[in-house]
Amino acid sequence: MSIMTYRQALHDTLRAEMLRDQNVFLMGEEIGVFDGSYKITAGLLAEFGEKRVRDTPIAEEGFTGAAIGAAMLGLRPVVEIMTINFSLLALDQIVNHAAKIYGMFGGQAKVPLVIRTPGGGGQQLGATHSQNIELYYAFVPGMKVVAPSTPADAKALLLAAIRDDDPVLFLENLSLYNTKGEVPDDDTPAEIGKAAVTREGRDITLIGYSRMAHVASQVAEQLAASDGLDIEVIDLRSLRPLDRGTLIESVKKTHAAVVLEDDWLTYGIGAEIAATISDGAFDYLDAPVRRVAMAEVPLPYSKPLETAALPSADDVIGAIRQTLDAVGHRRR
Amino acid sequence: MTAQTRTPRKKQNAAARISPVTAAGRTVEDGERLIDFYRRMVLIRRFEERAARGYTQALIGGYCHLNLGEEAAVVGLLSALQPTDYLFTNYREHGYAITRGIDPNRVMAELYGRVDGVSKGWGGSMHMFDIDKRMLGGYGIVGGQIPLATGVALAIDYRGGHEVVLCTMGDGTTNIGAFHESLNIAALWNLPIVYVIINNGLGMGTTVEKSSAEPELYKRGSAYRMASERVDGLDPVAVAEAAGRAIDSARSGKPFLLEVVTERLRGHSVVDPAKYRSAEEVAELKENDPVQTFGARLVDEGLLDADSLAKIDEQATARVAEAAAFAEASAFPDVSTLFDYTYATPVPNDSRRLPGQPLFEPAPIPEQGAAR
Repeated sequence: MSIMTYRQALHDTLRAEMLRDQNVFLMGEEIGVFDGSYKITAGLLAEFGEKRVRDTPIAEEGFTGAAIGAAMLGLRPVVEIMTINFSLLALDQIVNHAAKIYGMFGGQAKVPLVIRTPGGGGQQLGATHSQNIELYYAFVPGMKVVAPSTPADAKALLLAAIRDDDPVLFLENLSLYNTKGEVPDDDTPAEIGKAAVTREGRDITLIGYSRMAHVASQVAEQLAASDGLDIEVIDLRSLRPLDRGTLIESVKKTHAAVVLEDDWLTYGIGAEIAATISDGAFDYLDAPVRRVAMAEVPLPYSKPLETAALPSADDVIGAIRQTLDAVGHRRR
Repeated sequence: MTAQTRTPRKKQNAAARISPVTAAGRTVEDGERLIDFYRRMVLIRRFEERAARGYTQALIGGYCHLNLGEEAAVVGLLSALQPTDYLFTNYREHGYAITRGIDPNRVMAELYGRVDGVSKGWGGSMHMFDIDKRMLGGYGIVGGQIPLATGVALAIDYRGGHEVVLCTMGDGTTNIGAFHESLNIAALWNLPIVYVIINNGLGMGTTVEKSSAEPELYKRGSAYRMASERVDGLDPVAVAEAAGRAIDSARSGKPFLLEVVTERLRGHSVVDPAKYRSAEEVAELKENDPVQTFGARLVDEGLLDADSLAKIDEQATARVAEAAAFAEASAFPDVSTLFDYTYATPVPNDSRRLPGQPLFEPAPIPEQGAAR
């Protein structure tokens, strides 16, 4: 076990997988000479050379599609798209090709591709550089979408994604790169499609992923100290497949849930979670499922506006208190 | 004259347009090769006519784009490929599939949506794939195949292989971003790939002149310092020679852009009556029919006569009738296989529900006063 940042866990895992398997190589903008926009790939060009750490032109559709083609021939490309916003330029290649090739040709070609890309707002990057659009990919059968929130999961899910024979969108988050945590030394991959109960409790279930799984844990600790609340926290980790069973088991125990999401409310990931709970635990709910999501605006640049639009710990605490009030009302 | 549907060909009669292969200096092998070209062209012609019939009989669904008029282009191009080379095409691909050596029975069965189809009935007309023949797919999104083909060339280069990728596309495709991004990448990285523009003059109903600011499409290679060439796609010999040059270039690490000027004898797909084409144009199409003109040329050169022409035709007709019978006898895929090809690596919690099935079995209602 070592303590390291989320960034370091990603870097070390990429390096270890490149050493383990000659078919693993990296492609993306500025990942080589520039060491990566967020320095995840720092030093790898010097170690592995241009063939395996390939700086690309600014052509997301072209290089993502080329990675898909290379994967069809059995290579295991790991593509970095600088932010998830730019993945829209490769949407056709990801949705119409990577996600379709295995099924469309009757299982004759696999696409063992990983697309690493960070989402997240809060850095005053404005409307086009702050989005959380992982939902677009989580919507598509044929894709797998994972969203680690800790350095340990960053490692374990990246191992799983690289060794998986399907296209995996690996969601990172700008605000998580510097977070630290314990990371196991062994290279056991996580199971894609499994959520984790990161804190057990009986009063209410908080459900989040990526940055918001972090926020959920913080809020749970805070309310345990201040209010003596016993909160259960679930980190989704995988958005497709979605581990519905873990959600239902938890809500059957706590009878209430708040979903935390960094994307927009309407049609967002939280809507799917709420519908799942409604389907699987309707008779166990003591209050409606609440969702805490980003305000439905193009995210503004100016700091007070940006801060107001993004879901915060206080917003979550407010939703928890209101939900527990409703629970108290129903349990009387 | 009504709107032109293509960059004009030089006005000359069809026989003169085709590059001469004189009887003198031609070996027996050359003659057999030409007859083989013709046989393959006729097979495509009859196959596509049979496919059109199957469509009108509602045995084939979806979209159905035919290679009618492109027979010489298809046969010439593929004659220059090695069996180990890779082929990518778009959705107008039946001719490529059978010329690449995929059993016509399996191609027709795919059109019929049957389990013996080349893609097991999952792809249909637009999505034929056969790893053994290294045909890595027909693709339905205009331009979608180009980055993929470029990536296969990248993988070949990564492994130090000597194979080449041939990636065909229509004229309209040269206006889409994926074309330009891919050519740039291939040229930067010296990838072993030949991009082939099948210029039949029309993107659905829109002419090259109305859609491409540089209508001499092969010239677009110059933006990437990529060698390029235009060839008459009604002459399989000329196409084969040009494809050979392009493939040699690609194999030596210099990607190539080849424009093959051909005809589309019918509408965009089988349901398009092509009313946007003038009577003159339709008459000219008949005159330019590559199967007719090439057959006539082989007769002129003494390689074939009326009897052997008829025999080749009969053989092709019988072959496609066999393919149709095979397709019709083949079973539809079993519905139980519906979830077999979503993921190659099974993972927990993959959703395998038919429409209307509940996410969860209905839970028993908790008893009144049950412990919370």
